[in-house]
Amino acid sequence: MENLSTLTIGEVKQGLKEKKFSAVELARAAMQFAEAENPKTNAYLSFSPELAEEAAKQVDAKLAHGEDPGLLGGVPIAVKDVLSTKGVKTTCASRLLENYVPAYDATAVERLKASGALIVGKANCDEFAMGSSNENSAFGPVRNPVALDRVPGGSSGGSAAVVAQGTAVASLGSDTGGSIRQPASFCGVVGVTPTYGRVSRYGLVAFASSLDHVGPFARNVSDAALVLEAIAGRDELDATSAFAPVDDYQAEMRKPVAGMKIGIPKEYFDGLEAETGDKIYAGLEVLKKLGCEVKEVSLPHTAYAISCYYIICTAEASSNLARYDGVRYTARAEAAGLNEMYSRTRGEFFGMECKRRIMLGTYVLSHGYYDAFYLKAQKVRTLIAGDFSNALADVDALIAPVSPFPAFKIGEKMADPMQMYLSDIYTITGDLAGIPCMSVPCGKTAAGLPVGMQIFSGHFKESTMFRLAYAFEQAGGVA
Amino acid sequence: MPTAEAALATPEQVATYEPVIGLEVHCQLATNTKIFCGCPTSFGENPNSNTCPVCLGLPGALPVLSRHALELAIEGSLALHCEINAKSVFARKNYFYPDLPKGYQISQYDQPLAEHGHVDINVEGTHKRVGVTRVHMEDDAGKSSHDGFKDSEKYSYVDLNRAGTPLIEIVSEPDMRSADEAYAYLTEIKQAMQFIEVSACDMEKGQLRCDANVSVRLKGAEQFGTKVEIKNLNSFRHVKLGIEYEILRQIGLLESGQRVRQQTRLFNPDSGETTLMRDKEEAADYRYFPEPDLLPVIVTEEWKNEIHSKMAELPSPRRARFINEYGLREYDAQVLTLTRPMADYYERAAKASPDPKITANWVMGELVGLLNAAGKSIEESPIPAEHIGELVGLIQSGELSGKLAKEIFPKMFSDGLGPKAIMDRDGLKQISDTGALDKIIEEVLAANPKEVEQYKAGKVALLGFLVGQVMKASKGQANPGAVNGILKAKLES
Repeated sequence: MENLSTLTIGEVKQGLKEKKFSAVELARAAMQFAEAENPKTNAYLSFSPELAEEAAKQVDAKLAHGEDPGLLGGVPIAVKDVLSTKGVKTTCASRLLENYVPAYDATAVERLKASGALIVGKANCDEFAMGSSNENSAFGPVRNPVALDRVPGGSSGGSAAVVAQGTAVASLGSDTGGSIRQPASFCGVVGVTPTYGRVSRYGLVAFASSLDHVGPFARNVSDAALVLEAIAGRDELDATSAFAPVDDYQAEMRKPVAGMKIGIPKEYFDGLEAETGDKIYAGLEVLKKLGCEVKEVSLPHTAYAISCYYIICTAEASSNLARYDGVRYTARAEAAGLNEMYSRTRGEFFGMECKRRIMLGTYVLSHGYYDAFYLKAQKVRTLIAGDFSNALADVDALIAPVSPFPAFKIGEKMADPMQMYLSDIYTITGDLAGIPCMSVPCGKTAAGLPVGMQIFSGHFKESTMFRLAYAFEQAGGVA
Repeated sequence: MPTAEAALATPEQVATYEPVIGLEVHCQLATNTKIFCGCPTSFGENPNSNTCPVCLGLPGALPVLSRHALELAIEGSLALHCEINAKSVFARKNYFYPDLPKGYQISQYDQPLAEHGHVDINVEGTHKRVGVTRVHMEDDAGKSSHDGFKDSEKYSYVDLNRAGTPLIEIVSEPDMRSADEAYAYLTEIKQAMQFIEVSACDMEKGQLRCDANVSVRLKGAEQFGTKVEIKNLNSFRHVKLGIEYEILRQIGLLESGQRVRQQTRLFNPDSGETTLMRDKEEAADYRYFPEPDLLPVIVTEEWKNEIHSKMAELPSPRRARFINEYGLREYDAQVLTLTRPMADYYERAAKASPDPKITANWVMGELVGLLNAAGKSIEESPIPAEHIGELVGLIQSGELSGKLAKEIFPKMFSDGLGPKAIMDRDGLKQISDTGALDKIIEEVLAANPKEVEQYKAGKVALLGFLVGQVMKASKGQANPGAVNGILKAKLES
């Protein structure tokens, strides 16, 4: 068997084709490896060996008949525990859903299955995807495989960690304010937040509906693009999913980058740690050597992004989390009356961060405050989106750091939510604008902590972003 | 703070006040599936069987708007003469209740589907126009059952079959001034929705629901009084009774020096009174915001026109047409357009008949009488409309006397046979005996010398008239064929 911890999708396909191993063998080995390694990081909340085994059998049968096993045929993949999986517990890392087993698959999960992926388990995350460190999981934090005393980032910390640790070849996460890119950068893997509407949200447990994205994590750009290809495209079950055709990313990303124009948003280089900045500048040098033109641009409304984001996302969250009320599939605190049952259930089973956001969101939507907060924030959001379209009218892509600093120590920022929120300062704008963005590994700090380079491109121009990322990776990136 | 309730107003007190009434009417759209998922809307199924992840509000499930529901909502709005907004927006109405699985209702708020419509009503001959403020779409909640179960002391039961049923809410202007006007307004809406098949409007099945906003003010006053919302008005009669009671209650309060508090009250059908549900001063804050899971609804001019052109005829133009085309009196036209099935039935009968006016009498009189006695609706009429046309034709041609027709009619009803078939079967027949006919014919010829003369002079078309006279004289029982032969022979001899 190959070295599971560094296996790529290409190697899986090659191995299956050359009969170095069967899909069932791979499924069992991967499962065994994942279960053995998991105590180190707590990256998985649950495993789904039956699901993986069953899918592997089908892949083997197809291969035996000389049929195409699918785009991701035989590839062990983990799924963030906020994506609904039929018959497999979907907890959202919340005690409220500790025993919730969905009756249906999210569209992204269904498409993974249809493309032959082996779903090995559900990845840990911040409760209901709210957090930047994975410390808000009701089932314990995830440790960063690169440095076990540090956070993997959040909220898709588990999804990033399993790929970094090698307990899955790729994974799905969700990104509302940076929840894919920030953990990808902290763990040194590739993480992609596609255009809003590119991947169906059907079955993604909603945090902030207008900002929620499903996207992949992988060990390299090509793998990430392949997983995205498998899950992308119009879905009749999501009214906000786009009709735009899905590009052939594998072909598009291999096109040369010489002559491409890259914008450097100056606002994204204020207040970041020097070492992180150095790595990003080094990354830009690599791209310049590949023939890219680099110029400074401005996204003038960046300063308002955090306030804008925390109004919109909390408003939507306060409504989206209302259904966890103790009446149906959630945990319930028994009480004499209905209102008492509601408040005790929600009081006892929601974690602190969820409660904080529900309260904030309820407040900003309240009568008399709506115009001053929510409506104003929507206007600011329009301005931020306008910043990106203006900048991207002149350049093909924007490059910035993902996070102002690398992975921090577990517990370091838990006492100060504002400090925690600031770790998303460079990523939330991409979600507010709904444009595609990604994190690609860009070297390590002296302490050995990964730094991620962020690439933004225009709506539905994932190909442009992949092209730069792929060329950068092929050129050896940054040490 | 409970206030001492005052006595109801006396008629003298009432005479100095003017009630102001507005209605909020919910109609269930006549789709086969729910508004945001593909679940059936069929009534009376096992609890929670018509459900899926979307209408159960399972984590991650998303709504997708039904095009059919939208089309019906547009039709309904057009029927109320509303302007359709080119862009409307769904919004979440947030509140907690066990039969509301998402924790919010998907409705429309500041950008509704349609606005600025009206409904024309007629109360005892007085015509009036009631403004329609807006029409918006929304999904229904489920149904809670608080009693009737073994453990109802401790638990309530929730059935989500109804959750996600498509509704339109029709909000009126405060233009009505009496319970009768409100009743007439509601009737017009029900009729209109039924005629264009936008809603079956069966109140018993909850397909039509109505809340009333009622206030009173001194006659001549410009300012509105404090309004009270009345809920639980589950029949047309309750709407009328609830409003009437509320008017008396409010005037009684004012007359005893108290004030009307802004409240939501429930109509109690047993006592005929309204009772306090909640004070509006502690009103819920629904925290409306645009539904991020749905795109804005865009209705192009072309699409609107297309829907408009395919819409069935509304009651009031149909009424007008019945008057002009069939020569009906206004009252008859009104009765015959009370429901779409009645109007359709009448029109089929009229088309099969030589005299639409007489046909109307048969439908409204004899038929409705028998239907009522049998507890049947017009749709269940055992007499096909065409048979009534045929009957009128037979009377008209003199083949059947009115008296005989009335004898036959109940048999048509009980046996489902046409009038001719019954005449043949029962031998209610015509006199064919030549001797007997001869006598009648001689009498008719003697009584109509002028026509006989004209016939002989070549106006042979008068034969029909003479046959008719013979039929009449025989009380419809003469065999027209035989009469024809004998008459001809006699006239041409």
